[in-house]
Amino acid sequence: MAGSVLLEVKDLHTDFASEDKNVHAVNGVSFSIMEGEIFGLIGESGCGKSVTCRSLIRLVKKPGKIVGGQILYQGKNILECSEKEMQKIRGKEIGIIFQEPMTTLNPVLTIGQQLMESFKEPGMTRKEKKTRAAQMLRLVGIPSPEERLDSYAHEFSGGMRQRAMIAIALASRPHLLLADEPTTALDVTVQDQIIRLLLRLREELKMSMVLVTHDLGVVSMMCDHIAVMYAGVIMESADAGTIFKRPANPYTYGLMRSIPSLEKKGGELYSIEGAPPDLDHMPEGCPFAPRCEFCEEICRKSIPELAETEPGHFTRCHRAECMGSLLADSFLADTVKGGTSDV
Amino acid sequence: MEELTYIAKRILQMIPVLLIITFVIFFGMRLIPGDPALLLLGNRASDEALAAMHKKLGLDQPLITQYFLFLKQCITFDFGDSLSMKTSVTGLFRQKAVITVSLTLMTIFFAMLISFPLGYISGMMHDRKIGAFIDSLSLIFVSVPEFLIGLIMLIVFALNLKLFPVGGWGTTVPEHIRSLILPSFTGALGTAALVLRNIRGNVIDVLQKDYVDFAYSKGLSSWRIRSSYIFRNVMISTVTLLTMRMTYMLAGSIVIESVFALPGLGQMMLNAILARDYPVVQGTVFLFAIIVLVMNLITDVLYSILDPRVKLN
Repeated sequence: MAGSVLLEVKDLHTDFASEDKNVHAVNGVSFSIMEGEIFGLIGESGCGKSVTCRSLIRLVKKPGKIVGGQILYQGKNILECSEKEMQKIRGKEIGIIFQEPMTTLNPVLTIGQQLMESFKEPGMTRKEKKTRAAQMLRLVGIPSPEERLDSYAHEFSGGMRQRAMIAIALASRPHLLLADEPTTALDVTVQDQIIRLLLRLREELKMSMVLVTHDLGVVSMMCDHIAVMYAGVIMESADAGTIFKRPANPYTYGLMRSIPSLEKKGGELYSIEGAPPDLDHMPEGCPFAPRCEFCEEICRKSIPELAETEPGHFTRCHRAECMGSLLADSFLADTVKGGTSDV
Repeated sequence: MEELTYIAKRILQMIPVLLIITFVIFFGMRLIPGDPALLLLGNRASDEALAAMHKKLGLDQPLITQYFLFLKQCITFDFGDSLSMKTSVTGLFRQKAVITVSLTLMTIFFAMLISFPLGYISGMMHDRKIGAFIDSLSLIFVSVPEFLIGLIMLIVFALNLKLFPVGGWGTTVPEHIRSLILPSFTGALGTAALVLRNIRGNVIDVLQKDYVDFAYSKGLSSWRIRSSYIFRNVMISTVTLLTMRMTYMLAGSIVIESVFALPGLGQMMLNAILARDYPVVQGTVFLFAIIVLVMNLITDVLYSILDPRVKLN
């Protein structure tokens, strides 16, 4: 499925400046997204994944500002585009969906109006627009779409709102869909439906997707490639299978251990101790060092580079070479402990 | 259909409210000391002359009879003749209402002309100096009373620069318009400052909403985003504020019309109170009450039209 590169991010920096401080929310992030691929951007709250995602379509909330790097969409740096050029890229090339469909839909326009305003082909009659809008609603699985065109967002249920929002984002058939925590606000059964819907749409419309989430379950179901973010930088990136089988970064490993599992029922759920660093007062060395159980002298002194441990597998860790075996040992200990607590 | 039943219901609900208002106007007016007959005839009038005048004005009847007569007048909307002026009250309404209505409309027009662009700019640029500047300027006009602004306007634009008449209504339409400009501008400043601050707050609020970002992400033109996304959502509470201020202006017309010597309903009511001209005061207050109730109904209907989340029931 991997074809050519659709979007390439090079050393992206996005800052949030206020009067007395300047916070680097995204601090030198690079990755590329292949044609047709689902790229997962994961991490804890406040790690910069949403800001990265919004940067890709240049819609960072104020006072956030992209201050450096390149975002190459089909080879063209969209950071150098004018607002007029951006207007052509948004919707048609890159679309985005947000976490809260209730606040993402305009309360004073009907769903139909919000769909139809995207159809800008000249000579399209109102009737044709209506038919196409209804088709979009049918595509995302909204029943009796013709009638729902005249409904407002507040007349929809949460899941239906999410579907309507997806339909609107896809109205101009973007090649790349950015999904900023699309399932976080939904209950589990609806979550599952939306994930299936997104997977089906990816197949039918042949698009690529960036999925931002902190839900590793969703990531494992959907993503081809994963980047784990922490404190504004990428800690590890590889294809999904590799990351889940052989995590090479203590942070990724910590995230995975904190997934509750049915087998280890009864034991205490693991959680990474401490909290992500204040982006205002970053530690001198590796940003994860204060919370890392494998931390050594060097980790507190210098920031590790993102390095390739095996083809296509990158990790940001001073102890990357021995991490594989260390993590394997720890994993073994963990299962033994889990086994005993099961009794 | 649902809307029409609602409106009919609201109109029916006005009846008890108006009934209470008639009670308050009637007895409130009687509580103010002073005798209209004495004011008409002068201090040296004889007791016989006073009694004759009382009989002529119908003031010798028991209060309760007079009240029911007033109720009947409210229902037929015919308040009899003025005590101090020799015309019917409804005739006076016809003469004066045009002045107060044009004053109110022109005031609202000026208020919107000032507040809409400035409020929008100050909201869009709230993080820059110009936004903060407009904001603090508006704060001044919220707090300065109208009669003071009116007097300053008179001194500067009427007395010194002689651009507008000092007072009066004139006889031709261009003269009418010229004499309305200063009073309506004066009345508009306070409302404009309030509406400006409301718009500014709403714009800042709406700009934070994901639906604005979502609109940008769809590649819509900035004109479309400003009109259908920002402006329409901003207007929801602003229109309510504007219609509410229109009823406030009715009360404000008493002050403005006095300062600028405009012979409108407000000035008429003030003079009628001083002359204890019961029919005129009662009729005018009743008219104002109806206008306020109808404006409130219009506000609610407009609100439901602007915001589909609000249902009329």
